[in-house]
Amino acid sequence: MSENDKKEIDQVSGIETTGHEWDGLKELNNPLPRWWLWVFYVTIVWSIGYWVVFPAWPVPSGATKGTAEWTQFSRLEKSQQDIAVLQAGYIENFKAAPFDRIMNDEQLYAFATAGGAAAFKDNCATCHGTGGAGGRGYPNLNDDDWIWGGTIEDIHQTLEFGARSGHPETRVSAMPAFGKDGLMSREDIATVVDYVANLPRQGHDLSSKGYDLFQKNCASCHGTEAKGNREFGAPNLTDGIWLYGGSKDTIYKTVYNGRSGVMPYWSGRLDDNTIRQLAVYVHSLGGGEKSEGTENGGSQRKPESPAAR
Amino acid sequence: MAAANENQKAQQPAKPSRFFAKREKVYPRSVKGRYRTLKWAAMVVTLAIYYLAPLIRWDRGPSAPDQAILIDLPHRRAYWFLIEIWPQEVYYLTAILIFAAIALFFVTSLLGRVWCGYFCPQTVWTDLFYAVENWIQGDRNARARLDKAPWTFTKIWKKLATHAVWLLIALATAGAFVFYFNDAPTLWRQIFALDVSPTVLWFMAGLTGSTYLMAGFAREQVCTYMCPYARFQSAMFDKNTMIIGYDADRGEPRGKHKKGDSWEGRGHCIDCTACVQVCPVGIDIREGLQMECIACGLCVDACNDVMDKIDLPRGLIRYDTEQNVENRRAGKPEEMKVFRPRSLYYTVVLVLIAGLVLYGQMTRKPFELHALHSRNPLYVRLSDGQISNGYEIKILNKTHSDAVYSLSLDGLQDYTIEMRGAGDLQADRLHVGADRVASFHIFVHALPQARTPADIRFALKDAATGETATYGSMFISGDGQ
Repeated sequence: MSENDKKEIDQVSGIETTGHEWDGLKELNNPLPRWWLWVFYVTIVWSIGYWVVFPAWPVPSGATKGTAEWTQFSRLEKSQQDIAVLQAGYIENFKAAPFDRIMNDEQLYAFATAGGAAAFKDNCATCHGTGGAGGRGYPNLNDDDWIWGGTIEDIHQTLEFGARSGHPETRVSAMPAFGKDGLMSREDIATVVDYVANLPRQGHDLSSKGYDLFQKNCASCHGTEAKGNREFGAPNLTDGIWLYGGSKDTIYKTVYNGRSGVMPYWSGRLDDNTIRQLAVYVHSLGGGEKSEGTENGGSQRKPESPAAR
Repeated sequence: MAAANENQKAQQPAKPSRFFAKREKVYPRSVKGRYRTLKWAAMVVTLAIYYLAPLIRWDRGPSAPDQAILIDLPHRRAYWFLIEIWPQEVYYLTAILIFAAIALFFVTSLLGRVWCGYFCPQTVWTDLFYAVENWIQGDRNARARLDKAPWTFTKIWKKLATHAVWLLIALATAGAFVFYFNDAPTLWRQIFALDVSPTVLWFMAGLTGSTYLMAGFAREQVCTYMCPYARFQSAMFDKNTMIIGYDADRGEPRGKHKKGDSWEGRGHCIDCTACVQVCPVGIDIREGLQMECIACGLCVDACNDVMDKIDLPRGLIRYDTEQNVENRRAGKPEEMKVFRPRSLYYTVVLVLIAGLVLYGQMTRKPFELHALHSRNPLYVRLSDGQISNGYEIKILNKTHSDAVYSLSLDGLQDYTIEMRGAGDLQADRLHVGADRVASFHIFVHALPQARTPADIRFALKDAATGETATYGSMFISGDGQ
């Protein structure tokens, strides 16, 4: 022990070593520069300041609060308030602007799509998917196949009042349950389903029995050409885009049992600005159509759609 | 070993242990000579560049600032005369930094630490602060005396005046620094109207403080303890690197010399310590090259002066190489080897980097195109059987005038480009303002492709100049359902 207590002095420099040895190398115990030591002390004092000002020590109820009363929650609240102040000017502008001005003003449009994108993920993505691609029973909002119409006003109305939503002004229609309610026999349903399933590929076969059945039972809503009718929310059956699926089995179920999917109304649940922002956003996803009598903001609805093959 | 320890302990009574080593203040004596003149010249040139460069104007048209050297942080642009750098091109900055580092290595391998001795801001400002000290308080001995003297009126005003001038220089230094980040004339007016943004104020306060601290107090300690370059520059040294060398073969054994005494049997060093007195880092060069030495050559000037007075040839201390020391001992002629593997490969790297930067700048496109395929959804089937793919198109207009571009693509037989956005957007008439980045959301409609994903390439054509930029992407048809 007494040997170890002795401080070893390096022969060449005359400076004491730290006593550690690595592969024969020893470290001189040179003193630190004064400025370095002072910086070190200052950082210690500084850290004491942190204990006082910020939450630091664990106590049974959580942690010491600190004199600044700083929490992540209060910081979030503050930043939310800052954002609200920043937004205020834009919202005033947006409130006053009708759709045709929004669709032609770069700043208003950018504000609408940005706000709409955020609101979409909070409220719409549950059914329509984060990208608006929909799913079985939930329409794809990226395509040009609109059940109730694809102009900005149409989309806005659907958003506001929904479809079969229970709102007094809701869009409403029903696909009858032809089988369950005994409107058609199973054989006839099978025949007309066969006919409908082949429509996108083969078009109308005027001599078939399916054609007759279709004209008799379906054409009143879906039209004699089977191109649908947006007045009644009757889908186009010739475009190969199926809300519930295009297999004969699925179409049979649709005709036999009927369908009545619900789009909820958002009027009163979201504020008017958010609903309008959502309308612009959904319109911007790709399928948005031009409004009657306006020049800008979307594609003309194509009167004739050439089949893919 | 133990006996030796005991012995040393007996000789040195145990000192009270301290946690730090007190800095021994350096009082460099002023000196005249070739290298001092060079240092003055280097100081004037570097300070002139530093203080005046932001004032140089450079016309770039109405949409860009007219300051020759400007780092415009709010607008994310950097300007250097003809060169303009966008954030996307930060690699130029990286290349320039690498170039500067290699250039430092190159110069160091040839000439030793001349950067440290003549051009480093720490050296230049410390030298300037010493000059102020010298001007107000007098030379080495006067300053040391003044420090020891009691606080008389003279001492107080001399110290006050010194620190006041230091602070003024520091303030000017900080003031010039912020000019590199703001339009100089505008900021100049704002400073005099006392209407400066808090950011600028903070930077000015911070830099004034750091300049005052570094050049007034920390001084050579920055080089010795803080600077990483100082530490690793010795890695670039070899036998042919120029260093400050004391010619021990000629100088030793040293000793006092009276006029008329014989020089037989003794060295030429008369132990006048002139070299030690002038040293700004406080070392004795006669002990050989040391880590602290910044190769400023002031000891060379001091020694040459003394050698002239005692009628001996100059050069007892001089810029020298280890190789030459060996050559002299072996009776061979002195030589300065410039072309060595080390200097050659540094040159190659330097030329390479400079070439790359120049090539990059010369072939720099006035505009850039980026296309990002939308991933949610990847593709959409339309009612007419066509497939739609969405893309986020970004156009960087790096020119200083508004431009109109037309977008097309290669790789699809029959396609249309649809756009959604404010107003009547057309893919063949995309307006992008001068010095702006614009992004557009487009949809490409085409029949399902045989290959999915199909490789496509967007092409953007400047309607005015006909120049094009392209960007590769893909068109996804999915399973064709």
